[in-house]
Amino acid sequence: MPETAAASSPDWAGVQLHVVTGKGGTGKSTVAAALALALASSGKNVLLCEVEGRQGIARMFDVDPLPYEERQIAKGLPATPGAAAPDGSPRGPAGTVFALHIDAESALLDYLAMYYKLGRAGRALDRFGVIEFATTIAPGVRDVLLTGKVFEAAKAGRRGKGVRQYDAVVLDAPPTGRITQFLNVSDELAGLAKVGPIKSQSDTMMTLFRSERTAVHLVTVLEEMPVQETADGIAELRATRLPVGGVVVNLARPHELDADDLAEVADGATEVEGLASDLAAAGLDGSPDELVDVADHLLRQGRDHAERLALETTQRALVDEFEVPTYELPRLAGGVDLGGLYELAAQLRRQGMA
Amino acid sequence: MTSSTSPSGAGARAGTHRRSSHRVGPLASDAVTAPVLDVDALLADPGTGIIVCCGSGGVGKTTTAAAIAMRAAERGRKVVVLTIDPARRLAQSMGIEELDNTPRPVVGIDTSTGGRLDAMMLDMKSTFDEVVETQASPEKARAILENPFYIALSSSFAGTQEYMAMEKLGQIHRQAQVDGTYDLIVVDTPPSRSALDFLDAPERLSSFLDGRFIRLLLAPAKGPARVMSMGFGLITGALTKVLGAQVLTDLQTFVAAFDTVFGGFRQRAQQTYALLQDEQTSFLVVAAPERDALREAAYFVERLADDRMPLAGLIVNRAHPTPPIGLSAEEAVAAAQRLERRAESERSDGSAEGASTLDDPALAEGLLRLHADHVRITERETSLRARFTAAHPEVATTVVPALASDVHDLDGLRRVGALLAGQPAERDLPEA
Ligand SMILES: Nc1ncnc2c1ncn2[C@@H]1O[C@H](COP(=O)(O)OP(=O)(O)OP(=O)(O)O)[C@@H](O)[C@H]1O
Ligand SMILES: Nc1ncnc2c1ncn2[C@@H]1O[C@H](COP(=O)(O)OP(=O)(O)OP(=O)(O)O)[C@@H](O)[C@H]1O
Ligand SMILES: [Mg+2]
Ligand SMILES: [Mg+2]
Repeated sequence: MPETAAASSPDWAGVQLHVVTGKGGTGKSTVAAALALALASSGKNVLLCEVEGRQGIARMFDVDPLPYEERQIAKGLPATPGAAAPDGSPRGPAGTVFALHIDAESALLDYLAMYYKLGRAGRALDRFGVIEFATTIAPGVRDVLLTGKVFEAAKAGRRGKGVRQYDAVVLDAPPTGRITQFLNVSDELAGLAKVGPIKSQSDTMMTLFRSERTAVHLVTVLEEMPVQETADGIAELRATRLPVGGVVVNLARPHELDADDLAEVADGATEVEGLASDLAAAGLDGSPDELVDVADHLLRQGRDHAERLALETTQRALVDEFEVPTYELPRLAGGVDLGGLYELAAQLRRQGMA
Repeated sequence: MTSSTSPSGAGARAGTHRRSSHRVGPLASDAVTAPVLDVDALLADPGTGIIVCCGSGGVGKTTTAAAIAMRAAERGRKVVVLTIDPARRLAQSMGIEELDNTPRPVVGIDTSTGGRLDAMMLDMKSTFDEVVETQASPEKARAILENPFYIALSSSFAGTQEYMAMEKLGQIHRQAQVDGTYDLIVVDTPPSRSALDFLDAPERLSSFLDGRFIRLLLAPAKGPARVMSMGFGLITGALTKVLGAQVLTDLQTFVAAFDTVFGGFRQRAQQTYALLQDEQTSFLVVAAPERDALREAAYFVERLADDRMPLAGLIVNRAHPTPPIGLSAEEAVAAAQRLERRAESERSDGSAEGASTLDDPALAEGLLRLHADHVRITERETSLRARFTAAHPEVATTVVPALASDVHDLDGLRRVGALLAGQPAERDLPEA
């Protein structure tokens, strides 16, 4: 560990498993990927897992679809050069991000082979459609298989040939509405498997999920429904004694105007002529009339922006009430490409999330 | 996953609702021109009996479904809208915060043209329960409803919500045909993992219930199946080892009890599918002007064509209209930087406040930077949409701008409805 100063160490230094959830479409996959890049520093190995079968990781990192196998996909965010890193950035060479696409069918066969040496019977299960059955309906079984594989990758003291020990695992998890059920594997199975090996394994998994080595981060945007869903999600996680991590506010609008200017613009109190003359002073081309038109448009645009920001401010106040560490990522006007991911990763690191 | 690569075929109805008039507003400056989706013509057509709003998560399916239903009702149609998990405030304003699975009249609709609007919010579990109750004897129904496998299936089987939405659509449609309460049903769809789930759900559920394993579990109860039984011994052994014996017993009980309703399920799934293919049905694909959402929309358009389901068009929701001034992002940023430098040098010259030649440079600078951000977004959106249109030139499209606030009341819905129909209110018109 290169870092000694407590003040500059990242907020989740002791965390082995980062679970990233949030309302659909708020940026879970994006944030999970950025977090993995941010964590992969100073020679650290980070595993980024996805379980929803959509190959989102492959698309974001612009690589071929991922198999059910750990693959190296990117180098982490390079460390800040220079000896001292006042903002808490780790020093040393970049680490590596690996990725794993977990599907329930492969995980079940894997699991049967690993724990039960079910050679012949395992194949028979497949032939009779049991694998398909177990992974589509048998309640909880699907989730246990997916979380089981994540657990296996995240647990300490992993052994075996060609097996890598990860410094951190980041899970691009199901949305907030399903996350508690997803992680609360032992309860989910309780109605079904009251005894037996699956039950005892799920108990071991719960021990990790409930420990300080796990953090469930929630991604939101500053809109009513996602923030409400985040509040509900946090309450539900806490009620189940699952460790709530940070809240990542994503797609935040730029703050180009200070509060006074925003209020002025919102009230329509600005003089168009004054703005037009400033625009002329800024060297914009056009006749005085044209510049008044431009000024007029900029003010309208500013008013819409102020209205949106006012809503965001209300929602941000609600987020602050959650009393968990909060991080904020800007809406990248050009969209998120690989470069954008590194940019977001740098933001997360600057804010102490990694 | 199978997806068609066929370049054509979608838009069975494209053409019938094309509007010839020149359109003002956000579309006017489009580089690539898709045919215009004429929402009002679609709503006015008495042949339109069902409208399904679909698309990937969070793009505005629920908002669109409600807005379309409201516009149709205020233009004289007798409408019911079936929503799925609407935002709390929207549900309140429509009077449907109660989950009772029954359509309720929406108060505050202009009914002067003889239309009406009922709305309901789907209750997935009780819809499923109702199906079981109508298909099985009371004792059998009770046995099913209490079984842990049924409880899991009805509340968390991937696709149950999709299937139940379709089931409810079927029910309302049958009812409406009998008593004529509605002449238009607008359906919202669940926030599927992928837009395709929605079409596959009925088929998946029935093929699941039809699966080999389920058949196998039933086989011993149904007389001689010796060959199967050998394999069966092997797998029950394996399952018992993994899950414990109780699970298998519960499962067998469930399957045996459920067997009687299988036939009913399959038949209904087929009926729903046929209803979706019917020419009275129109699909509206909703997308945000984002890469992923438009990719899903493209899949969906192709899939609808493959399944011979009638696509009415694409709704690009929450778009940023191209600004009516020609100031580019680069110019705006450069101007902002010049202002910044100038204001700075005036400050360091120590000239008194009042002596400045500038009015409010910080404001001007901020507005210029905002403009640059806005232009970059519209440029990206325009090129994403152009790509979609290049691949699917036949898909009629309408664009709804991102409003500055959420849509959570009837006025908001009315406003979105007007924008959908290309008739923005005064406040939504970009200045000329
Ligand atoms: N900070 C950002 N700036 C700009 N675009 C962003 C940002 N974050 C996410 N996006 C874009 O928003 C869309 C949704 O993001 P993403 O796929 O990460 O969300 P998700 O929560 O994983 O969605 P789903 O629920 O469908 O899995 C993507 O097109 C993504 O590129
Ligand atoms: N044109 C618009 N301008 C501004 N806000 C909008 C617009 N359309 C929808 N919204 C807002 O976006 C949010 C998501 O919309 P909506 O609930 O309709 O999406 P959805 O596709 O049904 O989502 P889900 O997949 O979660 O069901 C809501 O808060 C809604 O008010
Ligand atoms: Mg995702
Ligand atoms: Mg919805």
